[in-house]
Amino acid sequence: MIERDEVLHVARLARLALTEAEVEAMRGELASVLSHIAKMDELDLEGVPPSTHVVQASGALRADVRRPSLSRSAALSQAPAVSEDGEGFLVPSPQA
Amino acid sequence: MSDGELLRLSAAEAAAAMRAGQLDPVELYRAYRQRAGADLAAGEHGLNCFTWVADDDGAAERLGSGLPLAGVPLAVKDLFCTEGVPSQAGSKILEGYRPPYTATAVARLEQAGAPLLGKCNQDEFAMGSSNETCAFGPVRNPWDRERVPGGSSGGSAAAVAAGLAPWALGTDTGGSIRQPASLCGVVGVKPTYGAVSRYGMIAFASSLDQAGPLSRNVTDAALLLRHMIGFDERDATCLHFPNHIEIPQEGDLTKTKIGVASQLSAEGGALERGVEDGVAQAFADALSLAGQLGASVRTVALPHAPHALAAYYVLAPAECSSNLARFDGVRYGLRACAVGDRDGGGQAPRPGDASGEGDPSEALFGIEAEGELIGMYARTRHDGFGAEVKRRIMLGTYALSAGYYDAYYGRAQKVRTLIADDFRKAFEQVDFILTPTSATVAFPLGAFSSDPWAMYLNDFFTVPMSLAGIPAISIPCGRSGRGLGPDGEGLPVGLQIVGPPYSESRLLQVAYVLEQALRFDGEVALA
Repeated sequence: MIERDEVLHVARLARLALTEAEVEAMRGELASVLSHIAKMDELDLEGVPPSTHVVQASGALRADVRRPSLSRSAALSQAPAVSEDGEGFLVPSPQA
Repeated sequence: MSDGELLRLSAAEAAAAMRAGQLDPVELYRAYRQRAGADLAAGEHGLNCFTWVADDDGAAERLGSGLPLAGVPLAVKDLFCTEGVPSQAGSKILEGYRPPYTATAVARLEQAGAPLLGKCNQDEFAMGSSNETCAFGPVRNPWDRERVPGGSSGGSAAAVAAGLAPWALGTDTGGSIRQPASLCGVVGVKPTYGAVSRYGMIAFASSLDQAGPLSRNVTDAALLLRHMIGFDERDATCLHFPNHIEIPQEGDLTKTKIGVASQLSAEGGALERGVEDGVAQAFADALSLAGQLGASVRTVALPHAPHALAAYYVLAPAECSSNLARFDGVRYGLRACAVGDRDGGGQAPRPGDASGEGDPSEALFGIEAEGELIGMYARTRHDGFGAEVKRRIMLGTYALSAGYYDAYYGRAQKVRTLIADDFRKAFEQVDFILTPTSATVAFPLGAFSSDPWAMYLNDFFTVPMSLAGIPAISIPCGRSGRGLGPDGEGLPVGLQIVGPPYSESRLLQVAYVLEQALRFDGEVALA
């Protein structure tokens, strides 16, 4: 089992609220999955380079040119809340 | 042509008939639209393959003439963004989301003449192997309604198997095209990583996600893939694919060197719970058929393949925890109000607002004293994500958190290197590697619901190729025993054929030759 405090710490990092029942379930399930992940420890990984790209990456850079994008109204069209002037996303105040 | 005859045409046959003026695209579109629409209307009494079906024939009526895909309707996994059409990735957190743009893969197929038929149900954010994690109810397997279609592209696979769509788009992160193809008795291709643009695909694990076709036969898969691949500057990992996808031709397998890896063999290899007898038998029969067709078969070693699942369940959740950070109730989808703030921060509730749901008195942890904004994020994510998605976000966040990065993510990236090297060495000796796609036929609903790792093991044979970024195809290679029975007898078995990067055309050719010799009969699911 993973400690309750550790589950709550990770949940806070993930910006994920959990109920008491979810916290308890997570303690066992995460521990169980991590015990299987520990199979990696069987391998000697000394000197093995970590993968960054598995297939040769190409063309990742392009010229920085201005071009048309979504209109403001299209970008805002799916927002749960939009400011009264229609200019931006509306969120609760971070200070509240 | 009767509807029955229309529906039995393969996609390539239908396209040829329409290009020759012998078949009306609107007639074909309408036949599929009615069939798919009936399944949607049937809700849980149907197969639940679709989350949305076009409600008029406009997409087919607007088609230009002379297009290569000539009006063959396309079903699309829900996580592809489609402009103005619901794209919810199987999640309540995106309920009602209608994106303002269309994914490149879908746009290319539409430009090639494939009108959008519907959006297919899937595991939530593609996290699942059974289509049971979907927020809109499980998909059922057309071969046996009490069994799963596999996942996460289960709606796409089941729709193709059941003749609700001629072909479909899916995505594969660790097996999500190949495994449902196997369980539903259809063809599924995971292309080389980077072959198809990921632009507009709602991301799960960006270094692994890849779009591909699900189809009734190999020729249809080749035709669809041909029009999906290609460079797209809006996806920085998208490649200039070095060649054209060829449509397979009659042939044999002389001069073809096939490898079988003991670690991924039908004898169970390193999978402790083993491979079902019916799967092992069908796989052995397919291997011996390959030999009869002229292939030489030899053993190759993939010594690190048994460690693939462990590495995958670090890397995929880690990437998911980062990708899914965008679902916070600000720009799209669901917004829940902050804890202790039942009026939504002073804003009027909108359709899809979940502030009325759940038990307001229920204590929520992890967000104490974080203020209203972060409280809104955390509550939205609590209300909007299902159990499996939460589990993976937590696992990924844990693996990336301070003090654990080297032990988990760092190690997993090294294991990934070893797995890719194994394949590279094996392909110096053989042209292709054959494995069963899945250790089991379609399993009953709920079979693995109590143990996450037991569910994850369903991807044992498909995850290594995902980590290596190499292409693989699953084709139906037989049925588990004769006749349908209560314990999975008679259900389809999938054969996985794996090749080196960019080998898609050769892979499809070998798959086609085997398919012609195997003569798999998928009629049962069409009923």
